[in-house]
Amino acid sequence: MHLLELKNIRKYFATQKAVDDISFSIEKGSIFGLLGPNGAGKTTLLRIITGIFFEDSGEVLFEGRKFDAAKDVSLIGYMPEEKGLYKKMKVGEQALYFAQLKGLSRTRATERVRYWFNKLEMNTWWNKKVEDLSKGMHQKLQFIITVLHEPRLIILDEPFSGLDPVNANVIKDEIFRLAKEGSTIIFSTHRMEQVEEICDHIVLVNKGKKLLDGTVQGVKQDFKENVYSLELGDTGPLQSHTDVYDLVGQKNGKFHVRIKGGHSANELLQLLLNQGISVHSFNELLPSLNDIFIRLVETTPASRQFEQVQ
Amino acid sequence: MNKIFLIIRREYTTRIRNKTFILSTILTPLFFIGLIGATTYFSQQNGEELSIGVYDESGIFVSQLKSTENIKYTTVPAAVYDSIVAKKPVDDFNGVLHIPQINVDDPQGVEYISEKQLGIFSQAQVDDDLNDALEKERMVRANIDTARLAAIRNNEISIRQRLIGEDDDAEANAGISSAIGYVSGLLIYMLMFIYGTMVMRGIMEEKVSRVAEVMVSSVKPFQLMMGKIIGIGAVGLTQFLIWIALFVLGTTLFGSAMAGHEAHQIAQSQSPEKAMVIAGIMKHVTTQINIPMLIGAFLFYFVFGYLFYASLFAAVGSAVNEDPQDAQSMMLPITIPIIFSIIVMTRVIGDPTGSLAVWCSIIPFTSPIIMMARLPFGFPGTVAGWELALSVISMIGGFLFTTWLSAKIYRTGILMYGKKAGWKDMMQWVFRKS
Repeated sequence: MHLLELKNIRKYFATQKAVDDISFSIEKGSIFGLLGPNGAGKTTLLRIITGIFFEDSGEVLFEGRKFDAAKDVSLIGYMPEEKGLYKKMKVGEQALYFAQLKGLSRTRATERVRYWFNKLEMNTWWNKKVEDLSKGMHQKLQFIITVLHEPRLIILDEPFSGLDPVNANVIKDEIFRLAKEGSTIIFSTHRMEQVEEICDHIVLVNKGKKLLDGTVQGVKQDFKENVYSLELGDTGPLQSHTDVYDLVGQKNGKFHVRIKGGHSANELLQLLLNQGISVHSFNELLPSLNDIFIRLVETTPASRQFEQVQ
Repeated sequence: MNKIFLIIRREYTTRIRNKTFILSTILTPLFFIGLIGATTYFSQQNGEELSIGVYDESGIFVSQLKSTENIKYTTVPAAVYDSIVAKKPVDDFNGVLHIPQINVDDPQGVEYISEKQLGIFSQAQVDDDLNDALEKERMVRANIDTARLAAIRNNEISIRQRLIGEDDDAEANAGISSAIGYVSGLLIYMLMFIYGTMVMRGIMEEKVSRVAEVMVSSVKPFQLMMGKIIGIGAVGLTQFLIWIALFVLGTTLFGSAMAGHEAHQIAQSQSPEKAMVIAGIMKHVTTQINIPMLIGAFLFYFVFGYLFYASLFAAVGSAVNEDPQDAQSMMLPITIPIIFSIIVMTRVIGDPTGSLAVWCSIIPFTSPIIMMARLPFGFPGTVAGWELALSVISMIGGFLFTTWLSAKIYRTGILMYGKKAGWKDMMQWVFRKS
């Protein structure tokens, strides 16, 4: 079942088509990556999903029915890219305040805050003011505030920026655990290695349009270039051009070859074995998401241009 | 609506618990008491104290110049005058007044010789004293009986104002009404300004620290804005009520302590008129000024005047960015009508029934201050019933309008980063659909 479904969403501003006819759906319990370069329309899209903006046209379905911002915001936790908290307020009080704004009772809110503070070893922070926290601490607190009310949809915009690897791992583990327990997570970032590691399903947007939609593995398969990595025994130089393959590179003693169209990997192996070359390792090279991202985005101007929207 | 209550509570409690609130609540009345005390003290210290030697060759002034608290005249022989002229200061005197043989009808050549210049007040007083003495001398020479003249002159009339339809015993007193009007107008002005800018700064802080985005993913922007405005307004009201309580407590405590002392003093006082004036003021304040009505009107105009302006300040706060300079320039169009009210108020107090007064007390931009300045002159009477009714209705209507307007600007402005929004942008936000 889809937790969230976007159908032909459009949102135009005076000088930009921020979101121009985007549709996708998100499986319940999945970790969904929303990718795109700066100014692609990600934040606008997230603001529509969190009910901050209204779409000009199109439809958002939440758990199969029409999204109703007033009621459904308590089922959503949103951590914006620009993290912000009340600087002069005490950490514990602040967490309680946000939890209550999401509809938790005071006792329930206290319970949840205690639980999370215990879990992430933040109990001594309770009476500290937010302005006394380091950037990493601030980030952790912001994460807790986002997930305190056990939302069914958690939206995280660049959740790891400013975190050291240890703390990033703590948050990452929590994200996996929350997904396993049934929360659905939308994860927005520019860091492709994190996406490969975390996400099940991705959508790439640029200039307000959807460029790509699929599972991480599926997308990689779609963009593969039939390049294989070969580690060979001590057999002298490899022929650089044959009917079956072209040699495209050499790295750390491994040969990268591209198999020509109409030929298969088996034919390549056959060819090598026939030549008496011993093959130590053989595997397909899939493009990284980073490569795919750059390839797709590069074809369009790097920075977004202003235009008149009629 | 539970959410808006949570926001109000946060805005209220964080400010009430703040040290600045506690300090300003205590220090502001102390400051005013100090100010009043200092002015009274300095007004009683009538400038410099002088001891002046009088060397009177004419013989006309010697017996006539009366020493006062500030200036002591002492007749001195020629020797003292000579030594002063010879630039040898005489310890006992600040200076010497030299009056040569003069013609009473055309007095020339009176000099004051000293090391230091006289202040303007002292010079005026010495001139007055000399002229009084001269006048007496002239009357004597013209054979006028000074005692009779004084008797003839001593019957100045002071009119008593009685307003139609009011208690016959009641006397209208323009002076006291002006004073009360002035103070209430000024108080409203201060409260509107202080708490209006507090709303603006609070919203700017939320925008700059990017809390706004987290907040609006939980509550509607309108709830966030109204929560802030109402919360801060409640802080203002609390502060005001504490001041009222302190004032009432202070006056009762001092009042009972002073009552006996004062009655004694008035009885002893050499001028019975003074006692009558004080009694008149007390009577006027207690019988003539409708204190409960004034307090009610004050609370109304404070609350709605504040709501009216605070929502405008909120719109500005949401439109500006990090730069406080921007806020200054954007605030200007809002502060102009407030400052205009204060300038107009002085005229209105002089002429509380003029058309300027009437219209300014109805238009919601100026009515909180101007109506409060007019009301002490009497309602119904100086302020007609329809004027107050129209003023109240337009105030409420104005508040609904500015809130609607600001909510539209706020909703867009609060999430707008980067460029500074101008008035044109803000108008676009207002008229954009949904």
